[in-house]
Amino acid sequence: MASRVVMPKLSDTMEEGRILRWLKQEGDPVETGQTLAEVETDKATVEMEAYTNGVLRKLVASPGETVKVGALIAVIGGKDEDIAALLATSAPAPAAAPTPPTPRPAAVAPARVAAPTTAASSAAGSRSIRASPLALRMAAESGIDPGALQGSGPQGRVIKRDIEEALARTQTVAPAAPTAAAAGEAQDVELTPMRRTIAKRLVQSKAPVPHFYLTVDVAADRLWDAYRALREENYLISLNDVIIKASAAALRRHPEINASFGGDHVTYYSRVHIGLAVAIDDGLITPVIRDADTKSLSDIAAEAKALADRARSRQLQPSEYTGATFSISNLGMMGIEEFSAIINPPEAAILAVGAVREVPVVEAGQVKVGRRMKLTLSVDHRVADGAQGARFLGTLKRMLENPLLIG
Amino acid sequence: MPVITYRDALNQALREELRRDPSVFLMGEEVGVYQGAYKVSKGLLQEFGPQRIVDTPITEEGFSGVGVGAAMVGLRPIIEMMTWNFSMLAMDQIINGAAKMFYMSGGQFRIPIVVRGPGGAAHQLAAQHSQSLESWYAHVPGLKVVAPSTPYDAKGLLKSAIRDDDPVIFFEGETLYGSKGEVPDGEYLVPLGVADVKRQGSDVTIVAWSKMVSVALKAADSLAAEGVSCEVIDPRTLRPLDEAPILASVRRTNRCVVVEEGWDYSGIGAQLSYVIHREAFSDLDAPVTRVTGADVPMPYAKNLEHMAMPSPARVVQAVRDVLYLA
Repeated sequence: MASRVVMPKLSDTMEEGRILRWLKQEGDPVETGQTLAEVETDKATVEMEAYTNGVLRKLVASPGETVKVGALIAVIGGKDEDIAALLATSAPAPAAAPTPPTPRPAAVAPARVAAPTTAASSAAGSRSIRASPLALRMAAESGIDPGALQGSGPQGRVIKRDIEEALARTQTVAPAAPTAAAAGEAQDVELTPMRRTIAKRLVQSKAPVPHFYLTVDVAADRLWDAYRALREENYLISLNDVIIKASAAALRRHPEINASFGGDHVTYYSRVHIGLAVAIDDGLITPVIRDADTKSLSDIAAEAKALADRARSRQLQPSEYTGATFSISNLGMMGIEEFSAIINPPEAAILAVGAVREVPVVEAGQVKVGRRMKLTLSVDHRVADGAQGARFLGTLKRMLENPLLIG
Repeated sequence: MPVITYRDALNQALREELRRDPSVFLMGEEVGVYQGAYKVSKGLLQEFGPQRIVDTPITEEGFSGVGVGAAMVGLRPIIEMMTWNFSMLAMDQIINGAAKMFYMSGGQFRIPIVVRGPGGAAHQLAAQHSQSLESWYAHVPGLKVVAPSTPYDAKGLLKSAIRDDDPVIFFEGETLYGSKGEVPDGEYLVPLGVADVKRQGSDVTIVAWSKMVSVALKAADSLAAEGVSCEVIDPRTLRPLDEAPILASVRRTNRCVVVEEGWDYSGIGAQLSYVIHREAFSDLDAPVTRVTGADVPMPYAKNLEHMAMPSPARVVQAVRDVLYLA
């Protein structure tokens, strides 16, 4: 019997995927487990497998096409079977489904990507949006998800007014970018799936999550000396690896930061999984070092390097970039002295690491040359307060100023 | 600037063009001795004589055919329909003759004819004499269709129509003849195929022509009191339609209401609505909405006639609908 092949949901945040290329053509026999196509999701390029035997009868989605999760992309069936009925029913996307609950990384081990069964795809399937053409265009231009709005027009239609009000709400948090290109030449480049996800996720963070920021200046002389010494011994360790290790150790002592806000409760995690912001060509992704508090510095270094490499070649599996309980973003190697990072929900905090600088420091009334590094912690105020954040940061500062304390 | 009636503005246009070009002549029922059923041709017989101001029997098909023949041999006839309701008798001459002759003769015969007269309802003229037939004629390739709303436009457009080398269908309005407006002294033309913004606004675009312009402007006045700013655009020429300013306005306001005295089905507003959806779909915050005559033969009873016609109140409601106001 012929069956529908739908766009699988390959990650928690995936709403649509792009068919990069078909590896089977119409008329080819296919078996369960054979790769049908390469699909670009919002995070990675993934091979999509067949889940049934038969003949690939029809390719519905073309290479390059972006398709909603749950939408029909191909039909597999018997050689001469009539598939007209299956194709005819392709139009209605699965009905609206409730948003899956926010994953709780430590409480439940990050789910392996489930085989994209029919059940999985219909549960998270796309839903049709009622909106005026103008509202849809404005939403696309401003990065607002019209599906997330309650339309005020007839039958819940999202109209211009709804988009304007949504824009006004976001703009009270982050002012709109000035249209710098107005006078000069400009080019509109369509968002890649990754860019679109970044845009959506960070607005989802910055708008509802009340951030506060704490900055400390770390005396990095001993850290620097230890780091140089290890390098000279050919240990392939970066300064950031030490910060990962130290943060994990500090989180173990301050579990109130290793947590998530859950609406009517706060979840405290018993394990420490550190997300590591990695810049890649058209975006960024945060692969996760699990149980970083239990790993040795050299293990963390090796794992961080492998994950970063895989991120840059877009080979990360969803299980490798989900489930962090805390994140670190380091722009020090790019010469940034200090900055504030946006929390990656549902985590409660993120650490922004600046460059190690040589600066004049005063010790016992004497000016001398020292090394300093600024750390800024962004915290979800719903989870923790300033004093708790300050205590965590104090522990981290002490560890980095005296690396032997990291343990 | 002198303020004169729509009727006198048309009279000036006829007089000036009759003086300017000896090949122009006026023909129709009661245009001469009676001075016109609605006095548009007042004084013309006295100035230009019975050879150029020609009274005809009640024979619409006959004198329209004479007009087409005269145009084929180089004259510029102006054919007056006492009202456009009577033009049904002459449709074969207008559509199969005037509209197609240039095409069917391979370009040998231009047909510089103007057929003019009042269209639409007046007061209690009942089902057969209250019709707005713009969409009938605008349907036909080869015809130009004009429907001015003001004395100024009426004069300038009629002069352009008379000088145009193609057949022009010219809709006047019986209840517009007595309306007054500023008309400058001396020669001027309003080109065919150019729309005019009758009122500037930012919240909604109302498209209306002929008598419906005043209905739209009244609606715009009462909406302004509620803080709703209406732009009123008069296409003036219905074929060829000047799409650009209408589309530019809709792209600014994101919504459009078309007001049309004629029936809803297959009306000019349906075409306008299609053009706007085709060209400005992504700029629309609401579907283009129409206010039209009711889909019935015009009732004789005064109260029912009033209900069958577009009114400022109905336009106000349509504007509220496209603005999603309660």
